Amino acid sequence: MGRYLARRLLQSILVIFGVTLFSFLSLHLAGDPTLLYVNERATDAQIAETRHRLGFDRPLYEQYLAFMGRLVRGDFGKSLVTKTPAMELITTRLPATIELTVFAMLLAITLSIPIGLLAATKRGTPYDGGIMLFAIFGQSMPSFWLGLMLMLYVGLHWKILPISGHVPLLDPLLAGDFKTAIGNIPRALQHLIMPGVTIAMFSLSRNARLIRSSMLEVLALDYVRTARAKGLRERTVIIRHAFRNALIPFVTILGLEFGFLLSGVVVVETVFSWPGVGRLVFNSINQRDIPVVQATVVFFSLLFVGLNLLVDLIYARLDPRIRLG
Amino acid sequence: MAEKTSLAVPAAPPEVIRLQEDVPEASFWRRARHSLLRTRWPILALLILSLVVFLAIFGPQIAPKDPNRITLAARLKPPFERNAQGEMVYILGTDSLGRDVLSRLIYGARISLSVGIVAVGIGGTLGTLLGLTAGYFGGRVDDVIMRLADIQLAFPFILLAIMVLVVLGAGVLNLVLVLGIGQWVTYARIARGETMAQREKEYIEAARSIGASHARIMFRGILPNILAPLIVIASFNVASVILAEASLSFLGLGVPPTVPTWGGMLAESRDQLLANRWWLAVFPGLAIMLTVLSLNILGDWLRDFLDPRLRGTV
Repeated sequence: MGRYLARRLLQSILVIFGVTLFSFLSLHLAGDPTLLYVNERATDAQIAETRHRLGFDRPLYEQYLAFMGRLVRGDFGKSLVTKTPAMELITTRLPATIELTVFAMLLAITLSIPIGLLAATKRGTPYDGGIMLFAIFGQSMPSFWLGLMLMLYVGLHWKILPISGHVPLLDPLLAGDFKTAIGNIPRALQHLIMPGVTIAMFSLSRNARLIRSSMLEVLALDYVRTARAKGLRERTVIIRHAFRNALIPFVTILGLEFGFLLSGVVVVETVFSWPGVGRLVFNSINQRDIPVVQATVVFFSLLFVGLNLLVDLIYARLDPRIRLG
Repeated sequence: MAEKTSLAVPAAPPEVIRLQEDVPEASFWRRARHSLLRTRWPILALLILSLVVFLAIFGPQIAPKDPNRITLAARLKPPFERNAQGEMVYILGTDSLGRDVLSRLIYGARISLSVGIVAVGIGGTLGTLLGLTAGYFGGRVDDVIMRLADIQLAFPFILLAIMVLVVLGAGVLNLVLVLGIGQWVTYARIARGETMAQREKEYIEAARSIGASHARIMFRGILPNILAPLIVIASFNVASVILAEASLSFLGLGVPPTVPTWGGMLAESRDQLLANRWWLAVFPGLAIMLTVLSLNILGDWLRDFLDPRLRGTV
């Protein structure tokens, strides 16, 4: 376990290095980044002054080191538009995004397991066919389109759920106001359902298919036949014997899952006017507020790397071949 | 496993492999036809895809109107509406500038398909070359290439695409490059694994012993035998690239707004949704979904037919 841990940590550091280097360099891809910070009427002298002030006249490696130094201290740069620190913009919007992502992830995981199991155990029946049809449709539509359709029909026509808005859960919780947080739950859920389903649909479908196929593979193995032969109930065979092993490929993709969901967040928050980090990215793109886009990309990537590491460690605990190998 | 002999024939010297091309060819296509007829769904998918390809190629000849022609007098016409003479001028309605939705959809097929195919072509070629090299030479080359792959895999792709496109600016070329480069890892990993398996086979040893060059062994010997899984991945990949293109266009990072694309049409539909102009959102979304669905169904079939081992991994 120790060696595996060390190797995995080293790898994560390499990835962080790659990610930050890439985000740093991408700012220089289009030419002189100083031009982003000055207006069109700026004189050459003003441009040179800004370039010097921002350190863009220093060698690239020095700039990168300075960039890293600032990152370590939590300084992700400043917005060109509002002049506020990018980190502040991100952290104020982060709770809303976390609520949405966690909700979507819960949907994607908790629904896909029973659905995939049902399809596998009822293989070849109309249940299986229906589930697989649903899953392949779910994997084939653009998530934001599903969002637009939900808004149009569930929200506007049938008026079952609100089409936009957000009721905070984490914010009062972090402020220590448990009563408000609990009181907000019912309304918060109403607002979460449509964007949550929209983000979760793709993963939900893919996971259901994955669980079905890995379950079918395991069910065909000899030890399952042995378990049945010794007279165990079918329930026990499926849940205790087959399902546990069928879960392994599922756990490996859970880390990547978060990345999928995060990419969904940017578009889906835009569709539902959700006040989270995704919408911040969208607005920053439209205002060409590149430092904020850069800060968000770096922040999300670090989060992603950290979560992936966590998932791999859980995976290592589940699968002794990795722990000991 | 015994099924996949047609494309991945191991244990034969390169000369024999070349001979093989004409022998199982006929039986390969016949088997493909049989399998298609037996499973049925892929035929429907193939028909839909042929239609999309046809529209993409002959769009200008088929489209009833100029997709960019602005007719303010005919703004936001609902679909299937007949005029005083009982003619349906705008079959699928018009958008907020009076542009014909059907014509824009037909032109949109060009962008979606060509971006999908070109990006997968770039990513597939790059990834296959790198994977082949890594698997064939092993050692340090392998280490460097695979670490690069790990880094990219640990980086949520859409964020990378957003970052690059925001800085470089939107445009077809940038979009295709970013989407293409975003895909290489999948191909590299598969190509590497398959190459390592092939490298140890006797026919490679035979080729080496008669003095074949590295390049010859890699491209004439190994490559034809590892193509099957790569083709399967590519078919799914075109589908996911089309979805990614739609997302990026939706964010305003796709092609310029003057070029009609399905994702771009959806982005514009958002402002009209609350006013219940449903046709602006429904039709482009259906176009994307049917295309991607067909590619996915076809990918499933190709996988089962060409390389059943991939089941559960792609």
